[in-house]
Amino acid sequence: MAFPVLSVIVFTPAVAAMILLMIPAQRKTEARGVALAAATFALLLSLWVYIQYLTQHLTGYQFVEQYNWLPALGISLHFGVDGMSAPLVLLTGVVMFTGVLISWGEFDEKSHLSAGIQDRPREFFAFLFILASGVFGVFTSLDLFMLFFFYEIAVFPMYLLIVIWGWIKTREYAAMKLTLYLFIGSVVSLVGALAMYWTAGQSTGIYTFDMLQLEKAGFSASFQNIWFLPVFFGFAVLGGIWPFHNWSPDGHVAAPTAVSMFHAGVLMKLGAFAALRVGIMLLPEGAQHWSWLIMLCAGVAVVYGAFIAFIQTDLKYMIGFSSVSHMGLVMLGLSTLNQNGLTGAGVQMFSHGIMTALMFAVTGMIYDRSHTRQIPELGGMNKVMPFAAIGFIIAGLVSMGMPGFSGFIAEFPIFLGVWQSQWLVAVIASISIVVTAAYIMINIRKVFFGDMPEKLEGHMTDITVLDKVAITTLCLLMIVIGLFPSVIVPMVQTGVTHILNLLGVA
Amino acid sequence: MDFLNSHLLSLILFIPAVAAVVMFFLPKDEAKFLHWFAFVASLIPFALSIYLWIQFKPDALGFQFQEQYAWYAAIGSSLHLGVDGLSLTMVLLTTLLTPLALLASFSVSDRVKPYLMLFLFLETGMLGVFMTIDLLIFFVFWEIGLVPMYFLINQWGSANRNYASLKFMIYTMGGSLGLLLGIQLLGALFGTFDLATIITKWTSAQGSLLGFPIATVKDVVFWAFVIAFAVKVPIWPFHTWLPDAHTEAPTAGSMLLAGVLLKLGAYGFLRLVLPLYPEQAKAYAPALALLATAAIVFGAFASFAQNDFKRLVAYSSVNHMGFVVLGIAAAAMASGTADARIAMNGAILQMFNHGLSAAGMFFLVGVIYERTHTRNLDEFGGLFPLVPIYGGILIFTSMASLGLPGLNGFVSEFLVVRGSYPILTPYTAISMLGLLFTGAYILKGISKVLQGPMNENWAHGEHKLTEISTREIIVMVPLMTLILIIGVWPAWILDVINKAVMHLF
Amino acid sequence: MFTSVAYLSILPEILILILGVILLIVEPFLKEERRRNLGWLTAGGLLIILVVSLLVGRPGDPAMTFGNTIRFDWLGFFFEMLLIFGAGITALFLMDHEKVGRRGEVYVLLLASTIGMSLMSSAADLIMLYLAIETTSIPLYVLAGFMLSDDRSTEAGFKYLLFGAMTSAVMLYGFSLLYGFTGTTNLYALADAFKAGQITAPVMFGVIILLIVGLSFKVSIVPFHFWAPDVYEGAPTPISGFLSTASKAAGFVVIARLFLVVFHDFTIDWMSAFAVLSAVTMTVGNLLALPQKNIKRMLAYSSIAHAGYAMIGIVAVSKLGIASVVFYMAAYIVTNLAAFGVVVAVGRVVGSDDYDAYKGLSRRSPLLGLIMLAAFLSLAGMPPFAGFVAKVFVFAAGVQAGFVWLVVVGILNSIIGVYYYLNVMKYVYLYRLENEDEDKQPISLTRPYAIALIVLVLGVILLGTVFAPWFGYSNAAALNLF
Repeated sequence: MAFPVLSVIVFTPAVAAMILLMIPAQRKTEARGVALAAATFALLLSLWVYIQYLTQHLTGYQFVEQYNWLPALGISLHFGVDGMSAPLVLLTGVVMFTGVLISWGEFDEKSHLSAGIQDRPREFFAFLFILASGVFGVFTSLDLFMLFFFYEIAVFPMYLLIVIWGWIKTREYAAMKLTLYLFIGSVVSLVGALAMYWTAGQSTGIYTFDMLQLEKAGFSASFQNIWFLPVFFGFAVLGGIWPFHNWSPDGHVAAPTAVSMFHAGVLMKLGAFAALRVGIMLLPEGAQHWSWLIMLCAGVAVVYGAFIAFIQTDLKYMIGFSSVSHMGLVMLGLSTLNQNGLTGAGVQMFSHGIMTALMFAVTGMIYDRSHTRQIPELGGMNKVMPFAAIGFIIAGLVSMGMPGFSGFIAEFPIFLGVWQSQWLVAVIASISIVVTAAYIMINIRKVFFGDMPEKLEGHMTDITVLDKVAITTLCLLMIVIGLFPSVIVPMVQTGVTHILNLLGVA
Repeated sequence: MDFLNSHLLSLILFIPAVAAVVMFFLPKDEAKFLHWFAFVASLIPFALSIYLWIQFKPDALGFQFQEQYAWYAAIGSSLHLGVDGLSLTMVLLTTLLTPLALLASFSVSDRVKPYLMLFLFLETGMLGVFMTIDLLIFFVFWEIGLVPMYFLINQWGSANRNYASLKFMIYTMGGSLGLLLGIQLLGALFGTFDLATIITKWTSAQGSLLGFPIATVKDVVFWAFVIAFAVKVPIWPFHTWLPDAHTEAPTAGSMLLAGVLLKLGAYGFLRLVLPLYPEQAKAYAPALALLATAAIVFGAFASFAQNDFKRLVAYSSVNHMGFVVLGIAAAAMASGTADARIAMNGAILQMFNHGLSAAGMFFLVGVIYERTHTRNLDEFGGLFPLVPIYGGILIFTSMASLGLPGLNGFVSEFLVVRGSYPILTPYTAISMLGLLFTGAYILKGISKVLQGPMNENWAHGEHKLTEISTREIIVMVPLMTLILIIGVWPAWILDVINKAVMHLF
Repeated sequence: MFTSVAYLSILPEILILILGVILLIVEPFLKEERRRNLGWLTAGGLLIILVVSLLVGRPGDPAMTFGNTIRFDWLGFFFEMLLIFGAGITALFLMDHEKVGRRGEVYVLLLASTIGMSLMSSAADLIMLYLAIETTSIPLYVLAGFMLSDDRSTEAGFKYLLFGAMTSAVMLYGFSLLYGFTGTTNLYALADAFKAGQITAPVMFGVIILLIVGLSFKVSIVPFHFWAPDVYEGAPTPISGFLSTASKAAGFVVIARLFLVVFHDFTIDWMSAFAVLSAVTMTVGNLLALPQKNIKRMLAYSSIAHAGYAMIGIVAVSKLGIASVVFYMAAYIVTNLAAFGVVVAVGRVVGSDDYDAYKGLSRRSPLLGLIMLAAFLSLAGMPPFAGFVAKVFVFAAGVQAGFVWLVVVGILNSIIGVYYYLNVMKYVYLYRLENEDEDKQPISLTRPYAIALIVLVLGVILLGTVFAPWFGYSNAAALNLF
């Protein structure tokens, strides 16, 4: 039997969390060491999976493992990745790794710098890793029940992470809002999933949660039209779709840095991915029936998010709303239901994950030192932390969809796909490109260049080596994809081909 | 040698970028070393493009030195490089001006490393636009060029740089939106972005896209392209970003901005709009000519009204680029005729010439600004006795700009006017009047700086004006040489251009 | 009549009885301060009983014993094991309770009540059922009011007694009607008698209502829930835990058996009634839990809500439905016992059950904080804990049976649940003591608490992750009803 790489990836963080919780509370360094070791291990494994998938030109579901879990109800522990999910598994590995790096938080005696996580790092990393396990689980699960199982696991640690280590002013409100939004979304989807389970069972005689079976269930058109909306939007809440995006910026702002990275970098993809996998792939006719509505919501999110981001003065709110705008592009790509749009959405999920993780990481580094995120109170950061400035600028360029970076590789096919399906939406959505360019450029200038406010003079220190490693890792990924799209696109395409087959358009 | 021949274009294209990446790892405090490194690194592409020029066969049809690498197969785009006479001229201009700009930047001491890296990236961006024959890659490089320029203006520019850089960014981004949408439509229509393939399929495309007939789609793309390129040229009335950006940019930035970046728009017209849309181009040529005339006349007037030396030069670019557009309009109007070809030759040569003279002018403005820290014309005056060599060079370059026979500007402007006159008589006639004012503002500049009563402030003491340095002269020498050579013997370059024009139109 | 199967069928009850006698014999020999060890004896004894029963006392095909008054089947057996487990854990919780931990009677009463519950889960005869219910209730009345020096405890005991007696009487009236119309007290014979049409519809309706009233009290279904918060608050905390879990589970098994066996052909009569009750119970329980500031009262209302969720499985009237109820009860017992265990452990040190007492808990005792987190998340229905799987099964049964509206109500309610459970976790993890000197005021766990809580948390996680075997047992239990 082959090495069960996916289940090892999924359970590594969970096991690491258990180990972490057994370390005595005062041994913070050991806890951090364990966290880093586990994150590195997960990253390497997910990288291995990615490279295998890419270099061997695999298609379809690979690295499949299936263990009976509850045969009576047709539940199995069924893991596998396809071209859509393999990049997302890697994304999770990367964000996990960099998240641990920038949360290291060892107190620096010399500079009295208190960056990262100082308070109870053991619990912080444990909760973060439980979340990571859930995320890995969702991306790799081929069983609907298990997908929900991991989905919820990915959601609830957010509450604790935000409420305990979050920004003191809004954390209680934001954490609860986020949890309730996401929980409502997921249970709404759950009802739809159960309906699918019973209906498929009645028509085929096999009661199973196995999504590979459900794909072939052949639901009636009326069933699909009814249940597509709750299933899709239930998940899409986590993807930050307008008008259910409200929790997202608040959550970003209140969350500690590594959690923001996870939240925007990975969790929002979780929503989009689950909406794709369960909504579009299992209910393809429903998707075709309602694609106009998704496109509408996504189009509004793209433009509205960009404009709202433009007027923010809090750096994190700006990134938060820009995430809404960019995730809108993912949804827009999904809603086209054609080759280009879906490919773009797949790449955009990865690209935006890396980009926004980097932005939040740098914002966190600034906040740890300046204790403010208000853009007017910042300035001249380039002088003390040039490395972070370069990182943020690169992330900004990706955000603008600048060619040469991963954002362009993702956004271009999305727009191409939208052209092919609704040209007017493409025209309107493209407004966001200019708006995005404007706010990114203005804010980069305000924060990193110009004069440093007197208040901050002397309090600012450069970022640590670990921070630099994290920034470098993220930047490299964005540039490599931008220059060589073939490291990701053909892979995503294999996933898209399968989706198109389900949609019956290819 | 085989490797060199088969990878010539990609070497020229990527050596600056690779050099920039290498620079990232060099120590940031060794300013002098960094300057030399960047300068030498930019000389390599220049040497290679001279080799390219020699190897180039003007008589051959189509694109030469083609290279094709898989890039974004999913949407039918590949890194397809190739040059013809039109792009070759522009490549040469770019690889020539970049080392000169870098040489001109030796006086920069603030954050040298990122400054030089941005320049090298900028060079790759500009070269990419000229070299590629894939629409998506065209757009990629088009946009990539924006970013370094933005940061160069924003970080190393003068007082009003924030406003200017943002305006530059937003205008061109907005313009390139049109380009993006147009390219996407074409990509959706043909399933590929390869320009060569698109041209062969162009007329045979059938059916409809998105429920619109092909013709409508093509019309939409036409306007999208026109807007994008018009902003970039810039054609009046989209030109307002230009004076701001040019004025606020650092000297070397202005040199490349005026020398190369402005050519991108015109190049776009020549490469995409005219070959693909002969009819539409013909139909709208009078309007284009009108705008060109407006640019020539108003550019000259505006230039005359300036009191800021750099702004004066900046508006002169509007004026000069007007001739390029006029030539293009004339060529579009009567495509295929001998007059049209003459106008087209003139326009392309004017692009090259303006690159030389504008770069020189901006550099000379920079030279004096570095010493006096003012660009206000009223604060100069009678400087010729103090800095005779500088004065001589300034007069020489200004004369090229003015269109003095014997220098390059005359050749190209004459060709444009000669070609357009039979085709667009009234516009050309008015433009000739504009030429008059060109003379006026250039003479105003010279007189305000060099002649008249000497401003004593610059003669003694701490503000004493120093003569132009050897390094600065070295910057000007190649420019002045070319200005003179083209002025007296333009055949070597016109031959290449003319054959390209014959093939293309 | 007294075959080996007959003895096997009541093996746990016999063993518990023996344990109780041993306790009574041992107690006088121990000095007052060492009587705490009776808890070890009880728990250890129950553990042995559990193991022995699992090894030798497993049922085969359903068999009627003792003159058809006991049905020896998986449904009863599974619940017996759960109840014994719950009683053992409760014994551990009682040990270090300041006021009751050293009183031998407590353990004996606990065992007596457990015997009653065991019989409830396997009773197949109205008379046996009634006796079992009373055997369960009377010791519980005493236990609830055990702390005579505490007014609230006395009040709790008295209140519980009054309401319990009244609803028992109502239920007994229902039983007597059934007997009067059919002439039999055996549940399975009753079902046959109904098929023969010996009872008219209006009467049947009345009987069902009487039974619902009586049983609703046991499992605290709205509107017969009002005793629960007061009694839970006043009773010694371990007893509250026992009341809210074992007693409720025993009530559910009776409901399942009674309604699916006896009234199986009249599902339309009671299905919708239960559906409405379920919806109302969930909603009222959750809404009233929202404003609570005392953790025991909050848990009381939450246990009402959970009764409502579990009812969905009954309403579905299907194998999956009953299996999901059984699973739900198993999950609920371990989860809620864990929650009450934390309350016991904290209350012992802090001396209060208000939310404020939980400030800084995660710093005073990280382990206790984590256990509480696991228990509360399980109550809220989050994976990888038992509550999630249990809820999904119940909802799945509801959707299967076409009660989508009820499932939606359930979902809305679980959202409310998430809110107030997480709200408590905020006290545990976020808020701090006034002086922020949690390090100096650690909350230590005594050994019995530590053992019990760790066993429970492992159970919560085990049920929530490796749920196949447990569901297998639940399913086997459910099959015995059809």
